[in-house]
Amino acid sequence: MSDEPMVTGTLIRETSVVSLGDLSRACGEPADWVLALVEEGVIEPQRSSSGQWTFNGRCLRRAVRVHRLQRDLGINLSGAALALELLDEMETLRRRVQQLERIL
Amino acid sequence: MEYKDYYKVLGVDRDATQDDIKRAYRKLARKYHPDVSKEVDAEKKFKEVGEAYEVLKDPEKRAAYDQLGSRYQAGEDFQPPPGWDSGFEFRGGGFTEAGGGFSDFFEELFGRQGTAGSYRRGSYNAKGEDHHARIEVDLDVAFTGGSRQVTLKAPQVDASGHMVVKNRTLNVKIPKGIREGQQIRLSGQGAPGMGQGAQGDLYLEVHFRPHRLYSVEARDLTLHLPVAPWEAALGATVKTPTPVGAVDLKIPAGSQSGKRMRLKGRGIPGDPAGDLYVTLKIVNPPTDDDAAMALYREMAEKLHFNPREKLGVAL
Repeated sequence: MSDEPMVTGTLIRETSVVSLGDLSRACGEPADWVLALVEEGVIEPQRSSSGQWTFNGRCLRRAVRVHRLQRDLGINLSGAALALELLDEMETLRRRVQQLERIL
Repeated sequence: MEYKDYYKVLGVDRDATQDDIKRAYRKLARKYHPDVSKEVDAEKKFKEVGEAYEVLKDPEKRAAYDQLGSRYQAGEDFQPPPGWDSGFEFRGGGFTEAGGGFSDFFEELFGRQGTAGSYRRGSYNAKGEDHHARIEVDLDVAFTGGSRQVTLKAPQVDASGHMVVKNRTLNVKIPKGIREGQQIRLSGQGAPGMGQGAQGDLYLEVHFRPHRLYSVEARDLTLHLPVAPWEAALGATVKTPTPVGAVDLKIPAGSQSGKRMRLKGRGIPGDPAGDLYVTLKIVNPPTDDDAAMALYREMAEKLHFNPREKLGVAL
């Protein structure tokens, strides 16, 4: 048990939306950087009722990941996009292997 | 504090060239980056490698570090001798983006000379940076909700201009229905703002620890369920575990190993809740049971069954 006060955050669901501004800030990058990600096909915006771009939880996660790869490993955008796709595939494969290994 | 052998960390000789050092760093950074590596202490290793590079890539810092001499062993108790860095002025470089989280050894030697440059972002009144952290929870938390303690290291510049790392502990509510990779945004728990700027936000990325029984994909769980040969052949109602208690499962007659059954709504709670997929695995009773062996012999004699028929081999 902790005597620290409980902090409640907002759960970012798959269906939650963050604005272009929120996403830029979350990654510590200007809006142009987010636009480049959209152009590269790493994230897909939706349009809110007022016509503004919004992004869901999955996009937030992907953008943050790309940012970290770029920042820490000096990869360019297309490299980071490819890396993300390969990492996702590896996750899926790892999960399958884990499942299969349980049978043996 | 402990001496850190930065050459050893990067796996290079003391007379390595700057190119050698850069190459070694790049390779290790790729290997241990927390987004890439699945190793348990990847983040720790990544930071260690980053710190070693921070020192060795800068000719001034490297020369000063070399001044300490090579007689110390990694991990050995260490105090910098007075005047160890005389003649050196550490200009520029500042800190890499991964600022903060440097070891005591680094802070003692280089902390004072570093610039607070990593915070020189834009205007003076700016909202603080958003921070990101990972937390690991057990799968059960998704079913019941709960709270977890998160300790964060926050690098700050104190009143006298020194970089200090402050530890902060938050008690965070984890909502029921949380899924792998989801983020919880805690407003105002990120970096302090500059000037009149508000504090940034903290994003916690939630990850499940591997569970003994269940695999998780999105909201669905998968479980391999052992069943007896007669339960599968004759059909039976058996108890299957779920993260919130056992439930009955009706196995149809004529089931085989690998048969997948769906328990709707028994996965991670939500709207809609996920499902629990059960894959049957037929297991035999132990062979030290005489009664079982006798029955097996009877089956072998009376049943004309070739399990390898489809492979094209006879009995």
